[in-house]
Amino acid sequence: MSESNASATRITPGNALRPEDIAASDVKPSEAVGEYALRLGDDALILAQRLGWWISRAPELEEDVALGNIALDQIGHARSFLAYAGHAWGKTEDDLAYFRGEDEFRSCHLVEQPNGDFARTIARQLVISQYQFTLYARLMNSGDATLAAIAAKAVKEVDYHRDHARQWVLRLALGTEESRRRIIEGILLTWPYVGELFEDDELVTGLDGVAVRPSDLRPAFDTDIESLFAEAELEVPAVPFAVGGGRNGHHSEHLGYILAEMQVLAREHPGATW
Amino acid sequence: MLFRPFVRPGTAPVLTLNSPRRYPERTVGNYFGLALGPASHSEVTIMTTATDTPQDLTAEQEQFDRLIAEDSRIEPRDWMPGAYRKTLTRQISQHAHSEIIGMQPEANWITRAPSLKRKAILMAKVQDEAGHGLYLYSAAETLGTTRDSMMADLIAGKARYSSIFNYPARTWADMGAIGWLVDGAAIANQVPLCRASYGPYGRAMVRICKEESFHQRQGFEILLELATGTEAQKKMAQDAVNRWYAPSLMMFGPPDEDSPNSQQSMAWNIKRFSNDELRSRFVGMIVEQIKTLGLTLPDDQINYNEATQRWEHGPLDWNEFKEVLAGRGPCNAQRLERRREAHDDGAWVREAAAAYAAKQAAKRSEMKEAA
Repeated sequence: MSESNASATRITPGNALRPEDIAASDVKPSEAVGEYALRLGDDALILAQRLGWWISRAPELEEDVALGNIALDQIGHARSFLAYAGHAWGKTEDDLAYFRGEDEFRSCHLVEQPNGDFARTIARQLVISQYQFTLYARLMNSGDATLAAIAAKAVKEVDYHRDHARQWVLRLALGTEESRRRIIEGILLTWPYVGELFEDDELVTGLDGVAVRPSDLRPAFDTDIESLFAEAELEVPAVPFAVGGGRNGHHSEHLGYILAEMQVLAREHPGATW
Repeated sequence: MLFRPFVRPGTAPVLTLNSPRRYPERTVGNYFGLALGPASHSEVTIMTTATDTPQDLTAEQEQFDRLIAEDSRIEPRDWMPGAYRKTLTRQISQHAHSEIIGMQPEANWITRAPSLKRKAILMAKVQDEAGHGLYLYSAAETLGTTRDSMMADLIAGKARYSSIFNYPARTWADMGAIGWLVDGAAIANQVPLCRASYGPYGRAMVRICKEESFHQRQGFEILLELATGTEAQKKMAQDAVNRWYAPSLMMFGPPDEDSPNSQQSMAWNIKRFSNDELRSRFVGMIVEQIKTLGLTLPDDQINYNEATQRWEHGPLDWNEFKEVLAGRGPCNAQRLERRREAHDDGAWVREAAAAYAAKQAAKRSEMKEAA
C-alpha cells in the first residue's frame, strides 16, 4: 500500500510518528512490554469501536464530527500500540485486532460498556479521557522510547477529548432537568468500572521505569473529577467498584459482541489483505 | 448554530465559507457554550438578505442580470430574483441532506471494516461528509433559511436527497464502489459547481471537491486491493461495481430532454453543463479506470461517438429511478427513520446545550452589572 493513503490518522501537524512507522521499525519489545502495550492498545481499540457507532447518530452534526474525531484518534493510538506490541510476537496490528479471541484481549471493562444515551457515553468519555490524559502525560517519560513517542503524540489528542467530555458534563449537569437526570444516571452506571483502571499488578510493577503504575494516577484523577463535579454541582457516586479482570482476559459480557462484529469480515477471509 | 464543532486548529471542518467582512451581523454560536455568542438558535441572527421586492425592481433586476452576464458572483446581500433564491435554497439544502443521509451506508461498515487502517480511513471519510453537510447548510443559511428548518423538512420527508443513498451497502466492496462511482459521479457534478454564480455555494464546493477527490481515490484503492486479492474478494468487487454502476450514472439526473429545470439553472450560471454532458464525461472517465481494476462495467454498449464527441452508454432504467425518488427504494424508509431517530434522541442534548449557554450568558451579564 502506498504511503500517501496511509495518513488518515496523522492529523496533528508536526507529528510524524505513524503506526506504519512503528510497524516498519525493527525495535522489538520484550514480551512484558508487548503485554503492556496490548493493554493500552486494546483500551483505545475497543473505545474507538464503541464511539464509531455514533457517527451518523449524534445529537447534532457537530457531535458527529467531534465523536468521529475522538474515535479516529483512538484508532490511531490503538494501531500504534498494537503495531508495537505485535513485534514481541511477530504479529501485525491486524493479527492482534482481528484474530485474537476474547480472553486474549486486555481491555478494561470501562471501554466495553455500552454507549447508552449521549450522557452515558459522555460519562464514559470523561473517565477514560481523564485517565488516558494523566497516563500518557507520564508515559511520555517512559524508558521505552517507542511507548514514550506514542504517548507524546496521544497526550495532545486526548487533551482535547478530556476538554470535550468536561464541557459536556457541565452542559448536561447544568442544562435542563432532563439532562441533569441523565448525566447523573450516566455517571452512576459508569462509576463501578473506575476502580479497575487504577489497579496495579505484577506486570506493571515489574516494568518500573517503562510502564506507569495505575495507582499513581489515582490522585490526579480524583482531583480533576472533584473540581469538575464541584463546578457541575455533581457528586462522586458512592457505588462499589465492580470486579475487573480485563487485564487478565476476564471481560464483561459485552466484549464478545463487540469482537463478533469487529472481526466478522476479516475472519471470513483469513489471509486476505484489504 | 447552537455550538461549534469540536475541532482542533487546522483539522476538521472550520466554517470559512462566509467572510466576516461581508457578513458582520452574523453572530456565530459559541465555543463549548462558554463565550461569545447568543444563547440559542432563535437568537442567532441569520444574515439579513436584501429584499426580493425592492422599490426599483427594474434597476435591481438589471444589476443582477449584468452580474450574471459578466459571469460574476452573486453574494448574499445582493438582490436576487425570488426564483433564483428558491432554486438555490432547494439545490444546496438537497445537497446538504445528501451528505448527511449519505453518511449512513458507509457508517454501516465502520464497526466491521476488515483492517484497522481501513477503519480509520472510513471513519475519516464519513466524518468529512458530516463536515460537508455543515458547510452546505451554512451556505444555504445565507439565503435566509435556517438549518433547523431544513433539517425539519428532511426528517418530515418533505425534502429530497440524492436517491443513490437509498440503495443498500451490502458488502465491504460497496465501500470501494461508493467511493469510486458515487463520489466520482458527485465530483463530476460538483467541480463545475465551484464556478456556480452564487458565491457561498461555489466556495463551499471548492473545499468539498478537494475532499471528495480523496474519497474517490480511496474507493478506487479499496476496489483495486480487492480486485487483486483472493477470488472471493474479486467476486465481491465485481458484484459491487455491477450494483452501483447504473445508479451512479443516474445521479446526474434525467436525460436532458426530460429535465425541465436545467435550462433556467444554466441561464443563471448555477449549472454549467447539462446532465447528459456530465454523464458522458463520467462514463469516459470510468471506462478507462475499470481497466486498471481488471474488472468490467455491466454495460456492453459503452462507446465513444466521434460525431457528437460524447461517450454513450446502454439504456438506464429511469422507472427504477423514479420509483426510488418517489420513496420506493430499498432503503428510503430506513434512512429517514435513522435520521429522525438521531434527531429526536438528540433533542434533549441540544436543549441542554441551549439552556446552559443561556444560563452562562445571564451569569455574565449579572457579573457585568455588579461590577
